[in-house]
Amino acid sequence: MEFAELIKTPRVDGVVLHRPFMPTVEGTLCLTGHHLILSSRQDNTEELWLLHANIDSIEKRFVGSLGTIIVKCKDLRVIQLDIPGMEECLNIASSIEALSTLDSVSLMYPFFYRPLFEVIEDGWQLFVPEEAFKDLESMVLFYPWNETTLFGLPKEDEEDNIALWSAESAFTVDEAVMMRAAQPLTGTNGRRCKEDEKLINATLCAGKRGYIIDTRTIAVAQQAKTRGGGFEQEANYPQWRRIHKAIERSNVLQDSLIKLVEACNDQSHSMDRWLSKLEASNWQSKVKEILTTACLAAQCIDREGASVLVHGTEGTDSTLQVTSLAQIILDPACRTIRGFEVLIEREWLQAGHPFQQRCAQSAYSNGKPRSEAPVFLLFLDCVWQILRQFPCSFQFNENLLIMFFEHAYASQFGTFLGNCVAERVKLQLSQKTVSLWSWVNRPQELERFLNPLYEPNNLVIWPSVAPQSLLLWEGVFLRWNRSTKCLDEACQEMVHIIEYNKELQNKVNSLRRQLAQLETEDSPLQTP
Amino acid sequence: MEHIRTPKVENVHMIDRLTPRKSTVGTLYLSSTHTIFVENSEARKETWVLHSLVYNVERFPTNPSGSPLIIRCKNFHVYRLLIPQERDCLDVLASLTRLSRPECYGELFCFSFNPNLDKELREKAWGFIDLKAEFNRMGIPSNLWHVTAANHEYRLCDTYPSELFVPKSAFPAVIVGSAKFRSRGRLPVLSYFHRDTSASICRSSQPLSGFSARSSDDEQMLQAIMKSNPISEFMYVVDTRPKLNAMANRAAGKGYENEDHYTNIKLQFIGIENIHVMRNSQQKLIDVGELAAPSMSDFLWGLENSGWLKHIKAVLDAGVFIAKAVAEDGVSVLVHCSDGWDRTAQACSVASVLLDPYYRTIKGLMVLIEKDWVSFGHKFSHRYAHLDGDPKEVSPVMDQFLECVWQLMQQFPCAFEFNERFLIQLHTHIYSCQYGNFIGNCQKERRDLRLQERTHSLWPHLWENRAEYTNPLYRTDHSQTQGVLKPLTTAYCFKFWKGMYGRAEKSVASHQSPADCLNAVREESQQLEEELSAHQERLAQLKEKKTSGGRKKTNKLSERVRRPIPTESKLSSPLDYFTTTRSEKHTPSFTLPLELAAPPKNGDPDDLSTCSDFESGVADLSSRSSFFFFFFFTCNSEKI
Repeated sequence: MEFAELIKTPRVDGVVLHRPFMPTVEGTLCLTGHHLILSSRQDNTEELWLLHANIDSIEKRFVGSLGTIIVKCKDLRVIQLDIPGMEECLNIASSIEALSTLDSVSLMYPFFYRPLFEVIEDGWQLFVPEEAFKDLESMVLFYPWNETTLFGLPKEDEEDNIALWSAESAFTVDEAVMMRAAQPLTGTNGRRCKEDEKLINATLCAGKRGYIIDTRTIAVAQQAKTRGGGFEQEANYPQWRRIHKAIERSNVLQDSLIKLVEACNDQSHSMDRWLSKLEASNWQSKVKEILTTACLAAQCIDREGASVLVHGTEGTDSTLQVTSLAQIILDPACRTIRGFEVLIEREWLQAGHPFQQRCAQSAYSNGKPRSEAPVFLLFLDCVWQILRQFPCSFQFNENLLIMFFEHAYASQFGTFLGNCVAERVKLQLSQKTVSLWSWVNRPQELERFLNPLYEPNNLVIWPSVAPQSLLLWEGVFLRWNRSTKCLDEACQEMVHIIEYNKELQNKVNSLRRQLAQLETEDSPLQTP
Repeated sequence: MEHIRTPKVENVHMIDRLTPRKSTVGTLYLSSTHTIFVENSEARKETWVLHSLVYNVERFPTNPSGSPLIIRCKNFHVYRLLIPQERDCLDVLASLTRLSRPECYGELFCFSFNPNLDKELREKAWGFIDLKAEFNRMGIPSNLWHVTAANHEYRLCDTYPSELFVPKSAFPAVIVGSAKFRSRGRLPVLSYFHRDTSASICRSSQPLSGFSARSSDDEQMLQAIMKSNPISEFMYVVDTRPKLNAMANRAAGKGYENEDHYTNIKLQFIGIENIHVMRNSQQKLIDVGELAAPSMSDFLWGLENSGWLKHIKAVLDAGVFIAKAVAEDGVSVLVHCSDGWDRTAQACSVASVLLDPYYRTIKGLMVLIEKDWVSFGHKFSHRYAHLDGDPKEVSPVMDQFLECVWQLMQQFPCAFEFNERFLIQLHTHIYSCQYGNFIGNCQKERRDLRLQERTHSLWPHLWENRAEYTNPLYRTDHSQTQGVLKPLTTAYCFKFWKGMYGRAEKSVASHQSPADCLNAVREESQQLEEELSAHQERLAQLKEKKTSGGRKKTNKLSERVRRPIPTESKLSSPLDYFTTTRSEKHTPSFTLPLELAAPPKNGDPDDLSTCSDFESGVADLSSRSSFFFFFFFTCNSEKI
């Protein structure tokens, strides 16, 4: 298919762009296969380059022959384009609609994108699973895409998705492990699987205890039995205790996001209406649920030295939220930029979170949701909550989280394409696209993501999950609804204070050395 | 002491509701001024609660483990005690109930509080804030404004200060006539003069207009105020009440200005609710903070239902309206409500904070409170229940002003010299009765009580400790610091003030404070600067000596720069024994539903003292972790 077929009017002059908190720009609108570009053709005015993939939905309006397209983006931004001429406007609108909803993955921008920077460190080669699990001596590794080879699991078992993570480090004494899985396929008549029991039980030494954290309520888990799923019978897993927690299934989440963003975008709300809409969106409740469960998992490992197995239904959504957040709480390495990238790579990409499906639409989708759900965004929100409570414990700042949110939904990089490792291999992403990591890890880019307050510490950080401790993530949800000038200035000021301190330290240290040298040279002269 | 029936009770449990295993056992002492809880643990941790900060004491039915008693404080701390013997519990309850409700001014803590200052220093301390100097700073008196002696000896209005600033063009007869036409004689006088535009903020009480009454003196008074701003052709009268309330007042012979009678005024209603609505709203908000294990919905619903943020928004909106009129339109504003001492004080002072960078400094905020609140007769003793009196007079008017400032700090992090701790400290002292500043209901009352001779002033005490209250992001030359603040007042910009209202549970305390970290970094930088110049000097000396061959013993090079450690004693000087709880650590505020309560391997997950390898780094300049490590302690420990 040629993109040109979809672009009836590639260019319109005299288009006016309105963006909140920015002056309007008049210029020429161009459509390419992957971008909507607006350029004023003046030197010092920035151009708007919008990926079609970032467009969530559009609205058209006409006053006389002046058409207006309101473009709502997946990063929650809303912009308005005034386009003279009804036909042009209709053509542009239909092109945008078609180009932003292309079905074929291989037509996506990452397959066409050629980096303007030199790739020094190829992100595709960066995270090798063996490396991530190198601390685990007694465990056997297997690859998520060779599902039946290593353990000989029966085909019908959904337990194809186990990954292991060692909590063996300074803060735990025993070798507690955290594992994730999908639900066991016990069904209504309580089917058993010897291999599964053997596998689960083998992770615990004699006399050790483990906890199975089921992210569903007991009622939901019971229901799952009628569809062939279910949960572990404790009699068959004698060293394990099962705990049920209630994290919403992913299908409810999309609705929650839509409601939240709608509330945030209406500035005319009275206080009562705002608070009631915020409450009704249920978003903050989800954040609390997920964090609470993650804390519970972390607590089992840290306090009890117990191993933990987390699963929900498929093991690719709420399970990943819990395991990855627990690691951030427990493991200081996950709070560095590199460590956080490893975490996303291991606990999300390789664990098979279906990014393609979940991030196909964002808060402005008006169609019937298929499998869209802001599971990853919720995870990032939870990380932000911890970051906010422990502003000195993370190497990165909020911008990194926001960047991941943007790229998960629309990106020039191939990292978040596909739904699992197998799909990504099939798409040959590593050969045909550029990895997000190749770009992020360049020193020039990293600078934007560094937290000036960061001081490495080896501590477990326990976030508060009390409602008054959990805030709305303004950096994402109010990002386009207020000016951040004053807040940005505050960040600069922070950097300034810290930089100045470092500079002084360097100066003092070098003087000390000089002095010490001078004095030792002097000392022989000194008579006792 | 006649009120203390049992001065000491042993084996009392202090309950931590969120994490019951953090509960402690100790001895409870009652003194004439404080309730003191001393833990039996080796640390002998002490918790002091000032009687005058106690809001109420509630006893619950005795159960097999003892008699539960809850002490709720006016600064929103809550203490849950379990007393073994019911008789002791009843005694403590009766004593505290009496001690926390003094019946006359003489019983207040400020009259017995003695920080060992000599007489001269005490007198000097009372002169720390000089309102005359403040009006001078605004450029008053000027050729258009002057001070009037009309209220000498409080003849005209007993709730106003004796010195009032009025337009020069207002004759004494007009002043007296205007006072007669205003509720309680609170005539229109100058509160703030904006030099850049010559527009002013004046304040008064409502006019006694009823349905038809008018006063030519009062009309001339407003005319004079308008004329004192040469560039403007009209002025605003901002009635901060909801219009309905203002209209209802007409039936009682009061009300608001009739636009037909006054030339060139524009009347504007703002709609801040009355003190009774605010009192109930805050109570609901406190109840939300006290919910045992609220879900997110409980919390957000409770927040909405309390209406608190809506009221805060109304107060801030009033300030924004006035500031915009004065700074952008150059139009003078007369602000009033009913009596002109609650909503008027809020609106004027919020507008002043927005307009004038000076009021966003530590000293400036003190001056502003002294001017708009203390001198203009805000009824502190009634509103903050200093004495046992009419509960209908109590209302969190000042709380709302402080919260407006806090909300502004969230939007303009670099604009304020002070930090949240300063606001919370002010809040505590408004209620505590430790210092004489906020005792009584007006200047005349304070003079009659001879407070300046018998009590101490809070301001110099706060000023001396200002390092504690400094916002590290503040710079006098920062663009945010300059000029008029134009905040956004969309509903989503308002936040629940956790530092104030989230204090019922210790475990909810915030974990790391970036401001504290930055302050420490700045302090360290200061020390480094000093060391740097010392080294440079020494280096120059050495080089000189070297050339001349001589040498003297030097100061030790091994002396290392250490992060200045903001000790607890600095946070709460020995004079401040409100509720100093020491070395509390936060705990995960969720409970593990497990029966096997294996003892934690490393002690508390967050007990940082176990990481001894950090300690060796304390003196290591190249590693700041030791310092931040220390900060975990201080940040986790509770400050008053």
